[in-house]
Amino acid sequence: MITAERKPIAEIKEMLAPYRKILVVGCGSCVAECASGGEKEVGLLSSALRMDAKASGKEIEVKEMTLDRQCVYEFIDQLTDVIHRYDIVLSLACGAGVQAVAEVFPKVLIVPALNTTFLGETKEAGLWVENCRGCGDCKLGVFAAVCPVTRCAKGLFNGPCGGSRTERCEVDPDVPCAWQLIVSRLEDMGRLDLLRKVHPPADWSKQQGKGPRKIRREDQRT
Amino acid sequence: MITESRLKKILHRGDFAVTAECGPPKGADPEVVRNKGKLLKGYVDSANVTDNQTGVVRLCSLAACALLKAEGLDPVLQMVTRDRNRIALQSDVLGASALGIRNILCLSGDHQSFGNQPQAKGVFDIDSVQLIQAVRQMRDAGEIIGGEKLTAPPQLFIGAVANPFADPFKYRAARLATKVEAGAEFIQTQCIFNLKRFKEWMDLVRDYGMDNKVFILGGITPLKSARMAEYMAKQVAGMDVPEEIISRMKAAPAKEQRQEGIKIAVETIQALQEMKGVHGVHIMAIEWEDVVSQIVQEAKLFPRPQV
Repeated sequence: MITAERKPIAEIKEMLAPYRKILVVGCGSCVAECASGGEKEVGLLSSALRMDAKASGKEIEVKEMTLDRQCVYEFIDQLTDVIHRYDIVLSLACGAGVQAVAEVFPKVLIVPALNTTFLGETKEAGLWVENCRGCGDCKLGVFAAVCPVTRCAKGLFNGPCGGSRTERCEVDPDVPCAWQLIVSRLEDMGRLDLLRKVHPPADWSKQQGKGPRKIRREDQRT
Repeated sequence: MITESRLKKILHRGDFAVTAECGPPKGADPEVVRNKGKLLKGYVDSANVTDNQTGVVRLCSLAACALLKAEGLDPVLQMVTRDRNRIALQSDVLGASALGIRNILCLSGDHQSFGNQPQAKGVFDIDSVQLIQAVRQMRDAGEIIGGEKLTAPPQLFIGAVANPFADPFKYRAARLATKVEAGAEFIQTQCIFNLKRFKEWMDLVRDYGMDNKVFILGGITPLKSARMAEYMAKQVAGMDVPEEIISRMKAAPAKEQRQEGIKIAVETIQALQEMKGVHGVHIMAIEWEDVVSQIVQEAKLFPRPQV
């Protein structure tokens, strides 16, 4: 999933300060799963904004809405009849959702409530970890399903650096050395031979390309 | 006139090589580099210049190597993949060769989060093994990454590093083999304080037949004090300083700790000279370059042979 964290309330308040009528829009997908932008978080943030306005003697109107997805037009369309009644939209979607809504409503002011962070997994309750960089050229098949691009702090393709001790990454001792994992997993599978060949430089054009990437599938276009 | 690498000549002749590290200053004064060069000249075969070591901004390795070259030393250009992409790295390889630099040491580099620019973007476009391979291909095939031909290939003796003390231990010799396969011709190791573990690593290296395929220079760092020994043991990533070395340093009175550190360094060099497959030593006297001449003399490695 795409993970995100809510911005500090002071930063959000600063963006909203000049406006009175606020539409707070959540997203029911990834950011709901990582408890930063779903219906519940929309409710909590809206209450906080109302209480704060009341305490400072400011009159505001806050409307709450949560779409199933903010990155797909069919769902964004649910805003069509509502959005123009507000001065500003505070989006609790990831960066993709914020921009998708802005594209559909070019004249509406929309600001983000979240900092979008990474593609990751829910490791345990309240802990999300990054494990994919979306490099466009997945090599998990040769690295025993441990991504060196993401999970090695230096993104090394040809073995561990000289800094790993007691199987931890030198950069963050809370993090296991990705190469330690790769080596021991391949050893268990009897496939250490996969590491014998020198991996050539990666093709980062699949990640950075010529600016933003796109996927076009003719079979999906009607 | 094309000069040759002194380090390469020494190693190919079968002499026990001596190299030392020369850390460039955090400023633009060339005299600092020249003075360090003067301290080392005649006592070492070649001098390594570190590339923004520990992620701290310093005078660049390429310029410092050119300054040492002008002082009559044989510099080893250290090049890390942390700060530059393949365009810049390959360009600097060509520039180094054009300036008469004849040795290169390829590393990934300390992570930027350790240095004085922790907000910097780590590049890591290619890794150290891929850099070794790229330089080898530039030199031997006259081609850059992707196959485009060079008008003239760079002339460089190609080195890599190895850390016998990092995990996963059993994989460390295989990793060395990968670097040799990629094209490394000499290896400089992490500082050796744990001789027992280094011996175990050399056994693995010999099992892989690597002692005949690559020249290995053991890393030596003289300890200045018991405090430095403790700091390196606890704070420096990838360093293995055993308790017996720390207690030996502690046992010496404060005024004599430097001398004790030098003694340990000399004893380590002598142990390495007896070890099959070790072809030299690389002395990393951190901000203490003036001690190198003393260590080299006490280890009876002075005068250096003429080539």
